[in-house]
Amino acid sequence: MKPILIRGARVVDPSAGRDEVADILLEGGLVRGVGRGLGAPEGSAVLDAAGLVAAPGLVDMHVHFREPGREDVETIATGARAAAAGGFTSVCAMPNTDPVTDNQAAVGFIVSQARRAGCARVYPIGAVSLGQKGEQMAEFGELVAAGAVAVSDDGKAVATAHLMRTALEYALTFGIPVIDHCEDLTLSHGGAMHEGVTSTRLGLKGIPRSAEDVIVARDITLAELTGGHVHCAHVSTAGAVRMIREAKARGLRVTAEATPHHLTLTDAACEGYDTNAKMNPPLRESRDVAALRAGLADGTIDCVATDHAPHHYDAKEAEFDNAPFGVVGLETALGLAVTELVEPGILSLPALIERMAARPAQIVHLPAGTLAPGAPADVVVFDPSAEWVVEPTRFFSKSRNTPFAGRRLRGLVRWTVVGGRLAHTMGDRPDAPERSTE
Amino acid sequence: MSGALGKDLLGLEYITADQIRRILDTAEPFKEISERAIKKVPVLRGKTIVNLFFEASTRTRISFEFAEKRLSADTVNVAASGSSVTKGETLVDTARNLEAMRIDMVVMRHMSSGAAKFLADRIESSVINAGDGKHEHPTQGLLDLLTIRDHRPIEGTKVCIVGDVLHSRVARSNIWGLLKLGAEVAVCGPRSLLPLGIEELGVRCFRRVEEAIEWADVLNVLRLQLERMEAGYIPSLREYYRVFGVTVERLEKAPRDLLILHPGPMNRGVEIDSRVADGPHSVILGQVTNGVAVRMAVLYLLAGGNPDLAEAAKGGADR
Repeated sequence: MKPILIRGARVVDPSAGRDEVADILLEGGLVRGVGRGLGAPEGSAVLDAAGLVAAPGLVDMHVHFREPGREDVETIATGARAAAAGGFTSVCAMPNTDPVTDNQAAVGFIVSQARRAGCARVYPIGAVSLGQKGEQMAEFGELVAAGAVAVSDDGKAVATAHLMRTALEYALTFGIPVIDHCEDLTLSHGGAMHEGVTSTRLGLKGIPRSAEDVIVARDITLAELTGGHVHCAHVSTAGAVRMIREAKARGLRVTAEATPHHLTLTDAACEGYDTNAKMNPPLRESRDVAALRAGLADGTIDCVATDHAPHHYDAKEAEFDNAPFGVVGLETALGLAVTELVEPGILSLPALIERMAARPAQIVHLPAGTLAPGAPADVVVFDPSAEWVVEPTRFFSKSRNTPFAGRRLRGLVRWTVVGGRLAHTMGDRPDAPERSTE
Repeated sequence: MSGALGKDLLGLEYITADQIRRILDTAEPFKEISERAIKKVPVLRGKTIVNLFFEASTRTRISFEFAEKRLSADTVNVAASGSSVTKGETLVDTARNLEAMRIDMVVMRHMSSGAAKFLADRIESSVINAGDGKHEHPTQGLLDLLTIRDHRPIEGTKVCIVGDVLHSRVARSNIWGLLKLGAEVAVCGPRSLLPLGIEELGVRCFRRVEEAIEWADVLNVLRLQLERMEAGYIPSLREYYRVFGVTVERLEKAPRDLLILHPGPMNRGVEIDSRVADGPHSVILGQVTNGVAVRMAVLYLLAGGNPDLAEAAKGGADR
């Protein structure tokens, strides 16, 4: 592996409080040093990064790669490639595959497929309960030993308060968070979008904010009871932000994430029954978006996570009621964040990098999110002012279910380095790839 | 195919007050055709119309079919049961196959909100929404407007929609149509059956049917389905009738005579008292008669018919 010298970038590394023009030397798969005028060892590849931003590779703690089970819509290899294209060097794959990732063999399969793909790092998240059925707890110890970094029944909430309590207690032994998809199914059952005047007009069954809020409240209470670490996935409501802020103020171990789509869109995107705007939790109203942005700015929301959820074209080409929930997000996350959060001044660029790299790495204890000497050589180099248009047909992901098609964004990934190897270079993006999805 | 209405009729939210008035005005001369001994004019001769019903329907399907036949269109009825839908064909494939047979219009009833728009966006033929999920049922809204207009000017009239507004496409089409023509609109029912944010559409809410009756000139009484009780929205049909039933006793206290509409099929003794349904203020059968005329008008206008010529067009072969 040739050493890589990234020369003359604006290096943004919140873990070291660094935001300055410097060089980064990567050697032997590790960060060797960051500083001005670093010499390139013989045989190095030199990346001229003048005018660009170099930062720790982004970390997405919430993706769905559909392997095993639905390799026609995404595999670990295509997902990892899409991640690299989006500037992500580490991602955490949710366990709602088929079969469910609820045992050590299943976790081991993901680890080995990720190694074989040799692109962005993919860390498995194990199931909380066997088959995600909400009954018997999975063997957290074996999951962790095989490589799982957290547990979750994502896709649905941990089914009962008792199971959540036990999982939080049991997870303490292994130091892993329990990630919850906060949704009370008795309130959301049959719903297709946010419950409000738009759902009333469209005649679609609504999912009230309370469906999320009552489970967030439950989980906070149980975090207090157990001392366990609850992580609330894809927070979508103003009420949840308020409760999490309060819980943090009281010193509870509650962390939270928000998705790029919940931070930028409202339920108005469902107008015309656009199934690419159908996701769970649903897009809410502008006051929720404002609360999420404020929460992200003040640290209540710890990080941005995409909830990358690929679906087949045919599945989304359906009546709104019948289309599946979910949108892909890996390849648009950074551009959306730069355009919608940094440029309007909601977050500084270092704060954004903190919430897209350092902080999620801390939550699931990954060796990522920093350019400290000796850290894995995971780096993203991007042009914060280059404008580009979202063209789903050019995604590396096998799926194109995005509500952002045609959007003009700024913030374009130039290089992504994983473990000292170039995993993505701008221009790798194929023009007319063969896809199963159209 | 475009004209006074554009390609499709998907809902009353999406057309203007002028277009609504034009449909109602066009329906007037068509009413008379159904009163003739020979109920047929050649206005749509040579046009092919498919009635695609994914959900059970008696009144609407038959009403459309009469309207089509009285205008001399060639029609085919497809019901979901016994069609390729039961073999797993998607809506878009069903539609494309129909279109490959060179049809002119599709009249569709479907259980999913937005299904009519979904279809209309994907085929060239005109699509008439005959009810999509809980979204809209525009021809029902139009026939309700026509029926009210037969008795009083719509502008300024106070209309209250009573019952399960949450699940009702009829309610939504009524709200849009009535508001556009200048009526005052209210809804009344248990809060568990009124959709969130309904006030933001410009309607008022009554918690008790007595208050609605005191306020309104017209009541449009919605069907209360047994499934709503089973799904836990209300405790029982019995109690619903006690609290929200439109009864003679309640109407007797009204400060003025009310016009009573019901889109059917009725549950006598649940949302409406038989003595009201069959009473002097009920125009429920008039709605059914008007349904045929309104649907003739919609078919005629979507086929590109000139509204000003409707009177002449209906002259037809038998004159």
